[in-house]
Amino acid sequence: MEFIELKNVFKVYNNGVTALADANLSISKGEFVFIIGESGSGKSTLTKLLYREEKPNKGSVFVGGINVGKLKNGNVYKLRRKIGVVFQDFKLLPKLTVYENIAYPLESYGMKSSDIREKVLRAIERVGLKDKLKSYPNQLSGGEQQRVCIARAIVNEPTLIICDEPTGDLDPKMSKEIMDVIEDINKDMGSTIIMATHDKDIVNRMKKRVVCIHDGVITSDKEKGSYIQNENA
Amino acid sequence: MKMLRIIKKSIKDAFKSVFRNFSLSMASISCTAVTLILVAISLLVTYNVRNITTEIENVLTIVTFVDANATEGDIADIKDALENIDNIGSVEYNSKEEIKEELSKDEDMKEVLATLDTSPIQSAFVVSVKDVREIDATAKAIKKIEKVTRVKYGETLAKKLVSMFDMIKNGCIIAVIALIIVTAFLITNTIKITIFSRRNEINIMRLVGTSNIVIKLPFLIEGFVLGVIGSIIPILLTIYGYAFLYDYIGGKLFTDLIVLVKPAEVVYLTSIVLLIVGGVVGMFGSTHAVRRFLKI
Repeated sequence: MEFIELKNVFKVYNNGVTALADANLSISKGEFVFIIGESGSGKSTLTKLLYREEKPNKGSVFVGGINVGKLKNGNVYKLRRKIGVVFQDFKLLPKLTVYENIAYPLESYGMKSSDIREKVLRAIERVGLKDKLKSYPNQLSGGEQQRVCIARAIVNEPTLIICDEPTGDLDPKMSKEIMDVIEDINKDMGSTIIMATHDKDIVNRMKKRVVCIHDGVITSDKEKGSYIQNENA
Repeated sequence: MKMLRIIKKSIKDAFKSVFRNFSLSMASISCTAVTLILVAISLLVTYNVRNITTEIENVLTIVTFVDANATEGDIADIKDALENIDNIGSVEYNSKEEIKEELSKDEDMKEVLATLDTSPIQSAFVVSVKDVREIDATAKAIKKIEKVTRVKYGETLAKKLVSMFDMIKNGCIIAVIALIIVTAFLITNTIKITIFSRRNEINIMRLVGTSNIVIKLPFLIEGFVLGVIGSIIPILLTIYGYAFLYDYIGGKLFTDLIVLVKPAEVVYLTSIVLLIVGGVVGMFGSTHAVRRFLKI
């Protein structure tokens, strides 16, 4: 079994919108995969199914051998500790400093403070924000906030990093910096990266595997692919 | 060790949160304080009414007059019969000689008794009852005993008084329960507002892999802290306010018969009840409020 497997997955929201229809996908350990598509195409839903923010209506989603859809609510946290998530809107806690934000997940796992410090410093160094440890999120630029979010995602050294439009709110220069950081993590740490995006330039430049979704249907899956606006392009 | 670190962090976070969300914390505290003051008043009224009822029950007796021709054997039989009735508390026999002697201590009464050819005084048993509400049935049972001529007790007034106090007592108990429910409801809602404003924070906690119990713990402690702080003013009002009121009205209400419970006997117990109600209701209110954000 592959590291990530989606088998005949259907996701229909309560309002009747079909976000995913009969999706099948396999991703190996250590891969870097772009999920592309227009807004509302279902790419965010696909990533949310992986970290069990959503449950499939039909079909099965396996992450690291775990059937995510069948996971009990009380056990979801165990899965999420193995996954780092990078969000478009960063989702940082505004009343905590950069250090506290990155340390937060580890503290909530009950880790020793000396271990936490070591891991946080390693993560912050990787994203290049060592001098901003005591700053609060509102004192940082968008790019810097996204780096903090990445540092928080990688602090527990997860095997899977899911990025949901991580450059959506950033200008091209900052986007490139963020993508460089994510690519380095993929290479150095060997983490599997799944990134939902509609940033044409990034996808075309990086030459990674590209899975295209259109109206909830996976329309193409190409190694070293490029951004395609729709299936006819 | 791991659990200890989590608990330590939760306590720290709970106190931080009380101060960081100061205005909402104040709203929770004041709402708790107001309702707990009402709970305190109801509790104190209940204690006092119960005390007054017991006092009345203690002074209320049935006087059982014995036939003038009753022999000593008859009197012993009556005593046995009285003691066999369920609702009887104590039985005390006063012979007509003892009663006459007692009455003769009063000079006027001595003169009156001297003018009479035959003494109207009858020997009697003074009987106390366990439950005043059953006094009618008990009196009827006593009347049926052989050689008992009549019974006398403060029928209607005492009964009315006791039933009135019973009503007040029951009303207060219902009020206390209702107020505790209202307190729980208000605290839950106020904490819900606090938690709603922090739903983003809870969502982030979930997404980074924090277990539900670790997410709930700081809120649970915070709810407890808010409830306990909210009970401080009602407790102070109970301790000092009741003592002041007691001294102000001299420990009695209208007549010597209605004596209030001494402050020392009631305020500390009430305070403990308020503290527990505040803390527990706050704790459950906040966990109940946070639960809805933990569902997928």
